[in-house]
Amino acid sequence: MTNAVDVRGLTLEYRLQTGWVTALEDVSLSITAGQIHGLVGESGSGKTTLALAIMGYLPANARIAAGEILFGGHDLTKRTVDQLRELWGSEISLVPQDALAALNPSIRIGEQISEVARRQGKPRAEADALAVSMLTQVRIADAEDVARRYPHQLSGGMQQRVVIAMALVSRPRLLVLDEPTTSLDVTTQAAILDLVRDLIRANDTAALYVSHDLGLVSQLCDQVTVVYGGEVMASAPTRALFQRPLHPYTIGLIASRPRFTMDSETRLPTIDGVAPSLAERPRGCVFAGRCAAALDRCHAEKPPLETVEPGRTVKCHRWSEIAAGTLVLRQSHESAAVGGEPLPGHVLKANDLVKTFSQGGLLARRSAPVHALNEVSLNIRRRSTLGVVGESGSGKTTLARCIVALETADSGTLELLSIPLSLNLKQRDRSTLRSLQMIFQNPNDSLNPYHTVGHILTRTIQRLDPSAPRPDIQSRMLRLLEAVRLSPEYASRFPNELSGGERQRVGIARAFAADPALVIADEPTSALDVSVQSVVLNLLKDLRASKGVSYLFISHDLRAVAYLADWIIVMYLGQIIEVGNAAQVYLAPSHPYTEALLSALADVGDDVAQELIRLEGDPPSASHIPRGCPFHTRCPRRLGEICETVEPPWRDAGDDHFIRCHIPIDDLIRIQKDVPS
Amino acid sequence: MARAWRGLRSILRQLIRRPLAFIGLLIVLGFILVAIFAPWIAPYEYDAILRGAARLPPSSEHLFGTDTLGRDVFSRVVYGSREILLIPSITTILSVTIGALIGLYIGYRGGWVDRVVSRVLDALLALPALLLALVMLATVGSSPVGIIIVIVLLYTPIVARVVRSSVLNLRTMGYVDAARLRGESLSYTLTQEILPGVLPALIVEAALRFSYAIFLTASLGFLGLGVQPPSPDWGRMVNEARDSFRLTPWAMWAPAAAIAVLIIGINLLSDGLRRIFRREGQMG
Repeated sequence: MTNAVDVRGLTLEYRLQTGWVTALEDVSLSITAGQIHGLVGESGSGKTTLALAIMGYLPANARIAAGEILFGGHDLTKRTVDQLRELWGSEISLVPQDALAALNPSIRIGEQISEVARRQGKPRAEADALAVSMLTQVRIADAEDVARRYPHQLSGGMQQRVVIAMALVSRPRLLVLDEPTTSLDVTTQAAILDLVRDLIRANDTAALYVSHDLGLVSQLCDQVTVVYGGEVMASAPTRALFQRPLHPYTIGLIASRPRFTMDSETRLPTIDGVAPSLAERPRGCVFAGRCAAALDRCHAEKPPLETVEPGRTVKCHRWSEIAAGTLVLRQSHESAAVGGEPLPGHVLKANDLVKTFSQGGLLARRSAPVHALNEVSLNIRRRSTLGVVGESGSGKTTLARCIVALETADSGTLELLSIPLSLNLKQRDRSTLRSLQMIFQNPNDSLNPYHTVGHILTRTIQRLDPSAPRPDIQSRMLRLLEAVRLSPEYASRFPNELSGGERQRVGIARAFAADPALVIADEPTSALDVSVQSVVLNLLKDLRASKGVSYLFISHDLRAVAYLADWIIVMYLGQIIEVGNAAQVYLAPSHPYTEALLSALADVGDDVAQELIRLEGDPPSASHIPRGCPFHTRCPRRLGEICETVEPPWRDAGDDHFIRCHIPIDDLIRIQKDVPS
Repeated sequence: MARAWRGLRSILRQLIRRPLAFIGLLIVLGFILVAIFAPWIAPYEYDAILRGAARLPPSSEHLFGTDTLGRDVFSRVVYGSREILLIPSITTILSVTIGALIGLYIGYRGGWVDRVVSRVLDALLALPALLLALVMLATVGSSPVGIIIVIVLLYTPIVARVVRSSVLNLRTMGYVDAARLRGESLSYTLTQEILPGVLPALIVEAALRFSYAIFLTASLGFLGLGVQPPSPDWGRMVNEARDSFRLTPWAMWAPAAAIAVLIIGINLLSDGLRRIFRREGQMG
């Protein structure tokens, strides 16, 4: 088969104030027609630069220092911008990350798609008809109606479908997808991936799929290329890459992903250190600084990109040792510190928490109130982790904020260590504040950029523990830094001098400043790079054992929850729909919604096979929660009218595993039984 | 404090590297020095009427010539810089301080306090500035204190709105939530957690307010509602010299040019500051 695109020895440089820095070095890549090629890398690895360079689309301060990009027999690096413009939108299309930003907010959807077709010389009527048929192809119901709407009237998933339709209208030979599902929920993401896969197969298009998510790429792509520090580390057919990784970086990335079936005593293998900056590229292998298997040679001499077998390349001095099995990298999961088992008794009890947001008022029209939390009750055992799983809009963040009282719940009761707790932050005394602390989602905004790390920590100690003698505070602050594995020099640094992972560790240290009883972690890893996530998860696990703390761990990432949580609650539209321990929730019987979440995530790297379940449509808005079972509008296992009218009962699946569904447990087991575990 | 010094020094260093902003800085500093050392710089008293020296064109003895009464225009411009810098400085300090406090509070509190106060600010903003100043000064009579009160009343709402919109972005930050979770007081949260993030916008706005206050003070002087005679006022000097423009054009050009140069200087400086802060924002 001929290659649609051939990148050969591409080196790209950016001009910065300090001079030219190399962003891509000697990159080679080829994609055949009908193939989906995954490009995986962490932030700063150069993956987006490479994707745009393949299109011939370069920022003003970039230049190609060497190499060629062959597309249809022509070298794109030799073309002028005007010649390239002929190709863009016709032969080569881009699906960008932010669909809403890519659509013109003041032009109707149909018109925007038709415009692309008219640019190909199609007459108006034909182009308009084509626009509607493209919308149908991307599985939008009521395509005629959607074509007349404006972008802001569509949900995120729909907007992404529209952008895909727009990219495919001209039947391009190459489609570049730049993290098109990153901002979408997992169930929506799964549906978009299916769509992309089918359309690319049907049109025989070559596709380059850029992502930071190894699991997602493995679900979708035929071939995967791993980039690091602007260089190709390895490229291989997906299955081979996962089952027999040859590069230490790939091995580390795969091993550091938590699995669904993992017992609570293990720790994740991690990749230590941080990626080198573009300006200070190491002389030897770019990964050597973080590689567990690095030799002196690796630091001194850059390894060549070698072909292992057709379609498989690797850039490592020691790949043959890895392939032969004589070099085994730490792949096994070590044991966590002992003493991590939950204790009897509860640290927190929440009963019937309700929170409704209403907007508008005083001259503005009052919009329908949003029911963010609907009678949510939960218990957290001492020294245990309760995981909360759900998609955006499920109310999981509101739950966290109501417990720490950053939001005041409308009604319900809270008990901390059997003492009633006020719902209002102002009425909580210092010892309560001290026992309940929070780790925030976004490490970039959780630390004040104008305060040093040391100031942030000492201030927190002083506020929460005013009786602490002054001379002790400094040493306590240094002990906190040590506990999150940061050296004492970090005390005098400002947050913008830290990497994302380091900032999150400071955020964790702050939560532990005054020996809390319960720490609420709201998506603490979702803003971090894959290789850093496992470091943070391990740290949380260690701190639980050493400090005897409990967690409420909130995440949309079922893997991270599986790794850390003893018990899990699954939320949908402000309600809890399933409760159980990790093994119970992740294996049959499950609530049909949980089943769909798991199915959306399962990939090559998992040992659990899953039936393919895809949810239709988007979650209903929390201001109009469906009657009966809130999930009935999307449920693939809907029984009938009863689901639409009657609230489902809690069903006992044994051993404190509860599912809120009309389907009896035995039936759930039967229909989900074809899943081998 | 050390952090503040470091920040100030880094801003100064960057100003020096931008030629236009540096020129602006030199102009503003130059006028300030002239105002401070006016008695040493001016060769004559500002109200001294020199016998037989009326309507003299610029010469080495009278740099900007003399006016119809025989007063040295250069000396009057030099002394006039005191009034033109003093009143806008006071109004800028007052309106920026009060506006910042209001903006911080309503932006952070939100809810009905914000809605009510914001509407009041909108109402104040809807009034035409110069017209309101004229009406008020005409009714209560013109005095430096009156001018200051009027300008502060006009500019405080503008500063408050600028600050409020920055606060709206900052109050959702995780570090503000973290401060609440350790029980920080309202004043600590506002001044230590939020204010530093507002400061760049506030400094630029202060420079802008300063240049507009100079405009307004000069305009009021020109319209006869500024500082009363005999103390020199650039705006009134322009007006007085207007009648004898054909005979003594220099008496009008000199104060008009002084106003223009000072305002250009301030605008160059504030533009430079804005660019520096924008760059820091991107880097931070």
